Amino acid sequence: MNFSAITPAVEADGLVKMFGGQRAVDGVSLTVPTGSVYGVLGPNGAGKTTTIRMLATLLRPDGGSARIFGHDVMSEPTAVRSLVGVTGQYASVDEDLTATENLVIFSRLLGLSRAAAKRKAAELLEEFALTEAANKPLKNFSGGMRRRLDLAASLIAAPPLLFLDEPTTGLDPRTRAQMWVTIRRLVREGSTVLLTTQYLDEADQLADRIAVIDRGRVIADGTADELKASVGTSSLQLTLVDRARIGDAQQVLAQYLDVEVTVSPEAARLTAPLTDPSVTPEILIRLRDDGIGVDELTVSKPSLDEVFLTITGHVAEDDAERNVA
Amino acid sequence: MTTTLEAPTRTGTPPAAVERIGVGQAVRNSLTMAYRGVLKIKHNPEQLFDVTLQPILFTVMFTYIFGGAISGDVQSYLPVIIPGILVQTVIVTSIVTGTQLREDMDKGVFDRFKSLPIARIAPLAGALTADMVRYGIATVLTFVMGYLMGYRPGGGFLGVVGAGLLVIGCSFAVSWIFALMGVLMSKASAVQGVSMLILFPLTFMSSAFVPVDTMPGWMQAFVNVNPISHLVNAARDLANYGTVGSHFVWSIVGAVAIVAIFAPLTVRMYMRKA
Repeated sequence: MNFSAITPAVEADGLVKMFGGQRAVDGVSLTVPTGSVYGVLGPNGAGKTTTIRMLATLLRPDGGSARIFGHDVMSEPTAVRSLVGVTGQYASVDEDLTATENLVIFSRLLGLSRAAAKRKAAELLEEFALTEAANKPLKNFSGGMRRRLDLAASLIAAPPLLFLDEPTTGLDPRTRAQMWVTIRRLVREGSTVLLTTQYLDEADQLADRIAVIDRGRVIADGTADELKASVGTSSLQLTLVDRARIGDAQQVLAQYLDVEVTVSPEAARLTAPLTDPSVTPEILIRLRDDGIGVDELTVSKPSLDEVFLTITGHVAEDDAERNVA
Repeated sequence: MTTTLEAPTRTGTPPAAVERIGVGQAVRNSLTMAYRGVLKIKHNPEQLFDVTLQPILFTVMFTYIFGGAISGDVQSYLPVIIPGILVQTVIVTSIVTGTQLREDMDKGVFDRFKSLPIARIAPLAGALTADMVRYGIATVLTFVMGYLMGYRPGGGFLGVVGAGLLVIGCSFAVSWIFALMGVLMSKASAVQGVSMLILFPLTFMSSAFVPVDTMPGWMQAFVNVNPISHLVNAARDLANYGTVGSHFVWSIVGAVAIVAIFAPLTVRMYMRKA
């Protein structure tokens, strides 16, 4: 397949957004091929939402450029808006109205006739299992219901490109699973999706390609497998009884795993990517032989933290912590 | 890769986009947004407290306080005060448009309005249009109170309706000023405060409550050019005599000028703050 012949759904080139002297987005470049699911992975405050808001014409970039299906977000905002649907982290639906009224108004704004708007609203409510709550004011809706309604509202015009900003943050596991099912169905039906998430797991489940973003920059980009390969399939975490032996333990790990070991001396903890978990017993035996006491040992699949550790060499931080620093 | 000749399927051609929004669509979008505003009023009828209580309270209060002193008795003061209080009440009500817009814009739903391919003016124009319902309620209640106190307008039913529509239309125009403040200021209470500060002198230093010739010369100079005076006099002409004159023309000119200046300015600021 010759992808270069096809206009990508999203082409962002060095996007910059300043917030009061701070570079919230600092030169983000992305290319999302049409028909794919693209995951943007990063901690709170990394610039994910700001990037999406610029791509959706909700924020004006301070630098760089972006095109949606070839339409420039700054010079052709109307064209862009007619091609995208946005579902925000905070449900952008009308609290004062009922679910039906919300969908009818959005449908009318998108040019549907009164009758067609009512039909569309009923259809979407049915699809998103909201029919029972159709005529209740949103004030009584749960977080999950709100989010579903929000997504339903984004689908009225069947936009060829959907931005989903942390579609499952704050949802309980059951509702999250439902959301995933819905997103997968959309993709099957041919939508291009750009979704942001804080969970590697989610990006892994849903996205064809993932960009890892930190402090307003894209720091890695690839398929989920490529990303995971870069951090090892799992990671090994060791907490020592005696903090003083941390250097010795580090040497042992480095020797067996042949990777760089991250040390957190204050916690007497060592973290290392682990390609082959079966090597763990040998490490333990060697540590016992050397007389290095182990307090706690965990082998876990890569989390966003490990991805970050590996790629950036620093731990993923929240916005709040960064401002203090 | 040798599959270049294979025609790309559904992903091949970029999807068609809406390039421009015409005036027709802008009007339809605004009306839909007005419908949203009316639904909001329907779901929160307590919002209408001010427009129901204020006309009742003010009409009774001002008429009985000033009636005897200004016109000799309440009965002969009614044709003076009712159109005056009508203008004051309805114009003051338009402040609420600014404060509510401020509160509304902070809600997440405005993000969706901004992300839709609709006319940029629609969320603002719609909110302002829906508020004409509020002005309508205030207008009807003021005239009803007047009637109960013995006001029998010489312009007849049509004159009264004409005066009411004129005042509602001009208040819609004025509400664009408060909408701009709503967009510019970060707090609803600030909008309320500044708006009152502007409207209080404007409504009182007008022909709304007392004959202009009793005021000192310098104030008369202001009162006579005050657009509120023109509106009050135009409303009196219509309600009391069923006539339209130069005051009517000035009121319309003023209203159109305000909309022409403030509507584009407000939309611009609204977009910039986006």
